[in-house]
Amino acid sequence: MTLLDVNKLSISFGGLRAVDDFNLQIEKGELYGLIGPNGAGKTTVFNLLTGVYKPNEGIIKLDGEDITRKNTVQINQAGIARTFQNIRLFKQMSVIDNVKVGLSERFKYSAIEGILHVGKYRKVEKEMNEEAMKLLKVFDLDGEKDTLASNLPYGKQRKLEIARAMATDPKLLLLDEPAAGMNPNETKELMDTISLVRKEFGMTILLIEHDMKLVSGICEKLTVLNFGRVLCQGETKEVLANPEVIKAYLG
Amino acid sequence: MSFLTYLISGLSLGSIYAIIALGYTMVYGIAKMLNFAHGDFIMVGCYIIFSVTASLGGNPLLGILVAVVLCTILGITTEFVAYRPLRGAASPLAVLITAIGVSYFLENVALLIFGADIKSFTSVISWEGLSFADGQLRIQGVTIVTILISVLVLVVLQLFIKKTKQGQAMLAVAEDKGAATLMGIDVNKTIMLTFAIGSALAAIAGALLCSAYPSLSPYTGAMPGIKAFVAAVLGGIGSIPGAMIGGLVLGIVEILSKTYISSQLSDAIVFGILVIVLLVKPTGILGKKIQEKV
Repeated sequence: MTLLDVNKLSISFGGLRAVDDFNLQIEKGELYGLIGPNGAGKTTVFNLLTGVYKPNEGIIKLDGEDITRKNTVQINQAGIARTFQNIRLFKQMSVIDNVKVGLSERFKYSAIEGILHVGKYRKVEKEMNEEAMKLLKVFDLDGEKDTLASNLPYGKQRKLEIARAMATDPKLLLLDEPAAGMNPNETKELMDTISLVRKEFGMTILLIEHDMKLVSGICEKLTVLNFGRVLCQGETKEVLANPEVIKAYLG
Repeated sequence: MSFLTYLISGLSLGSIYAIIALGYTMVYGIAKMLNFAHGDFIMVGCYIIFSVTASLGGNPLLGILVAVVLCTILGITTEFVAYRPLRGAASPLAVLITAIGVSYFLENVALLIFGADIKSFTSVISWEGLSFADGQLRIQGVTIVTILISVLVLVVLQLFIKKTKQGQAMLAVAEDKGAATLMGIDVNKTIMLTFAIGSALAAIAGALLCSAYPSLSPYTGAMPGIKAFVAAVLGGIGSIPGAMIGGLVLGIVEILSKTYISSQLSDAIVFGILVIVLLVKPTGILGKKIQEKV
């Protein structure tokens, strides 16, 4: 079943067509890679999918629902969560609080109850803590729950960002260059984390990546972007063997 | 003994500045704007209490309650009508100038309704206070209540921000608005709540201010508002404990310099301190320098 269905997506900045006639279909449970040279428009696609930019043309459907004109909060609630190329954790907050921010739209009590610490406050906060700890355990971060996010080592910050995104209970997880700045060991560990997310949560994942070892190692399908246009699309092996793709990458 | 008396009255005035500064600092920290109309919310609160108690003969507590509710509504409305449409504006000056406009607007509306003459405000606190050392050291009831309330406000606010999901959402928005919305946090709602809390605090500060200094005019809130802003900057704008410390330092310095140096010069000394602090530590006493990683 198709989870994400993107049709004829385009956006221009001034005279530059950053993304042009972009199509993408992702099946439920798939691990899909979006690759391409620097400046090809990969992150712009992510920004379009999450509502940061509004497309000039095209339709984005998630699980059959048209989310093209929704804002970022609505799209998150519809089921898309993401991480960022340059990690954007809430650095002044603890590990568990970062995850709880991700949880906060799913657990409700009023501000008045919060100020006075009455009503549903205690019960809901307890549930939130339990849920957050469950997630942190999956990502093996439960031992550092009270550490400030900025004090975590790099690899764990990446992990926490994925955990925070998972806290919003998404249908589709977008990972923007998760292996950026990682050494081979950290990349290996990241690949394990991604596999874990698929196994634990049956998550559908779309990721942008430059690390070809990671891409060929875990992605089932690939789309190659070049100058905002789709250069090639299909099974990972076939795409990576395509002479045009090799040319775009190696110049 | 007299020094102690002055110190305590400085603490009391400082506590009022602190409560006002908390409103300034929260709005700045989360919405990244300076609400220069904040001081006038105090004045509005005072007039509401005045109307309920003096004109309608109501209970002072009822007056405070009505003032808190109406100021909260005023804060939310102001944010919605005047500030929200400018949030995406190219220059942060647009919203700053609008805030100054709102300030003049509120002062002039008050002028229209209540006139320019100074109203004498009946203290909402009727307690006489305490007397120590055979009556040599007397502390007024309003002084004690003011200090206690400011401590209470600080504790409740800190607990709210650290321990509730709305507070966490505020911290998240303060740090990274973009990332917060992508995690499903409604930034507009969060900023609205910040204004609501800040304005409610302004009403409480108004009740305490006019109880300690019982004269009320449309410009009552202007000077305390500016001084509370100085207090917030002094303590490190955006920091809640900073606002508290800045407020207390400012109140004590103001009263002591009025007493021991010159009552005309006291405001000059207060603002002089701001200049010095900004020269030595531009981020304020508790302000943190946040380094942007590129």
